Amino acid sequence: MKEETTMNNWKNFTKGFIKENPVLVMLLGCCPTLGTTTSAINGLSMGLATTFVLVCSNIVISLIKNLIPDKVRIPSYIVVIASFVTVIDLLMQAYLPGIYETLGLFIPLIVVNCIVLGRAEAFASKNGVWASCVDGLGMGLGYALALMILGAVREVLGSLSIFGWQFIQADGILVFVLAPGAFFGLAYFIAVVRRFNK
Amino acid sequence: MAENRLAIAMSPHVHSNESVKKIMYSVVIALLPAFCVSVYFFGLNAIRVTLISIVACMAVEWLIQKFLLKGKTTIFDGSAIVTGMLLAFNVPANLDWWIIVIGAIVAIGIAKMTFGGLGNNPFNPAIVGRVFLLISFPSQMTTWPTPQPIWDIKALDAVTGPTPLGLLNEGQMVDYNYMDMFIGNMGGSLGEMSAIALLIGGIFLLIRKVITWHIPVAVLGTMAAFSAILWGVDPTKYADPLFHILAGGALLGAIYMATDMVTSPMTGKGMLVYGVGIGIITILIRTWGSYPEGMSFAILIMNALVPLINNWCKPKRFGEVVKPPKEEVKK
Repeated sequence: MKEETTMNNWKNFTKGFIKENPVLVMLLGCCPTLGTTTSAINGLSMGLATTFVLVCSNIVISLIKNLIPDKVRIPSYIVVIASFVTVIDLLMQAYLPGIYETLGLFIPLIVVNCIVLGRAEAFASKNGVWASCVDGLGMGLGYALALMILGAVREVLGSLSIFGWQFIQADGILVFVLAPGAFFGLAYFIAVVRRFNK
Repeated sequence: MAENRLAIAMSPHVHSNESVKKIMYSVVIALLPAFCVSVYFFGLNAIRVTLISIVACMAVEWLIQKFLLKGKTTIFDGSAIVTGMLLAFNVPANLDWWIIVIGAIVAIGIAKMTFGGLGNNPFNPAIVGRVFLLISFPSQMTTWPTPQPIWDIKALDAVTGPTPLGLLNEGQMVDYNYMDMFIGNMGGSLGEMSAIALLIGGIFLLIRKVITWHIPVAVLGTMAAFSAILWGVDPTKYADPLFHILAGGALLGAIYMATDMVTSPMTGKGMLVYGVGIGIITILIRTWGSYPEGMSFAILIMNALVPLINNWCKPKRFGEVVKPPKEEVKK
């Protein structure tokens, strides 16, 4: 019995990386994915901020799931999520002002990120605290990983640098830093993942 | 028993003698006059750019067919050659070889093969390649060598100069000699300058029935009408219609790129709608946009609308009731 729960937890954790990756397979949260992946570091920090919100809101929602009347569950979830977004928003503003400046509006927009609400509705409202925490962590890190890889690809092609380190002193293929490059990058990324997920 | 000579098959029963190969090689032949003019003005550079572009396009298509799709080789149906030529015609003649190769990878790899190859691409591959390069390498893509006759020794020095549309975009009223513009003696992309050569190729395509008159006439007519209105309002601020048609890629786009069979509407009526759209958007971008030339963007935008246009302009089916009988008004 105990072994089974460990197995389940491991499954809940790993499914977010490839099999049910929120952005690459479920196509949730595409707006910040396209908007913030201009470089690897931006993608990673956006992903980690979302992970924080996802884990905390999953824990709280699975704790209070029996107190919330069914009819008002979505507004209640949003209130919980918005509180944690405010926390991370203020924390980043205080300790990581540089990244906060670049990400800008996308941090408050985590409130309406489909992944966070989707996991609250689909998982945390039906499962225990520990399982929800693991699920949130796996999904969040899977999201952060996808964003970081997409950001790295766009940074390498678009500005010939990686994590801010310029390896060739020249102009890259500018379009990859701009919005069309995000769509190209995401489309081919999804195609590759689908091919290997079969 | 008598030999059964009744062949039963699905329609169509009458085949024209056309094939993808024949159409594509007709387009190549039609592009040759413009190519000769660009060799005359840009010398070996024109040949270099065109060859690199064609070879790169064919190589990319071959590699994708061989290793990714594992299908049969399609590079000799001529479509990659046409894409390569059109891509080369749309870039400055002094472009670095690796930029052309990137353009070819985007044109064939992203715009054509991703959607399943010839016949399935919603956007014109050569224009996608050009726009990708224009956005990615703004300085290299807008440094135009000045045309110089091939025997001119000074041609060895790379002299660059502005294009008529570039000057117009900066707000200068240009006083160009229309004869020069007609022959092609102006700054611009490799194959877009010579109106006369492009028109000769266009007439050849019309005679061979590779294209119909609808799209070129609609595009150029709309551009002329729209710019004539603007010119009539304020001749000191806006250029005249003839200038707009002769400058930039108007003729190349209207005759060779907007008419691409895969990415243009199927019916004559649809083609007219499509052409009018391209004409309006081109003049809008040229007059008020930040880019001097809007032809390629206009064609891409209208390419995206082609499925809608096809839906609006369906041909009449035989046997269809023209006017439905009036329904009895229900109480």
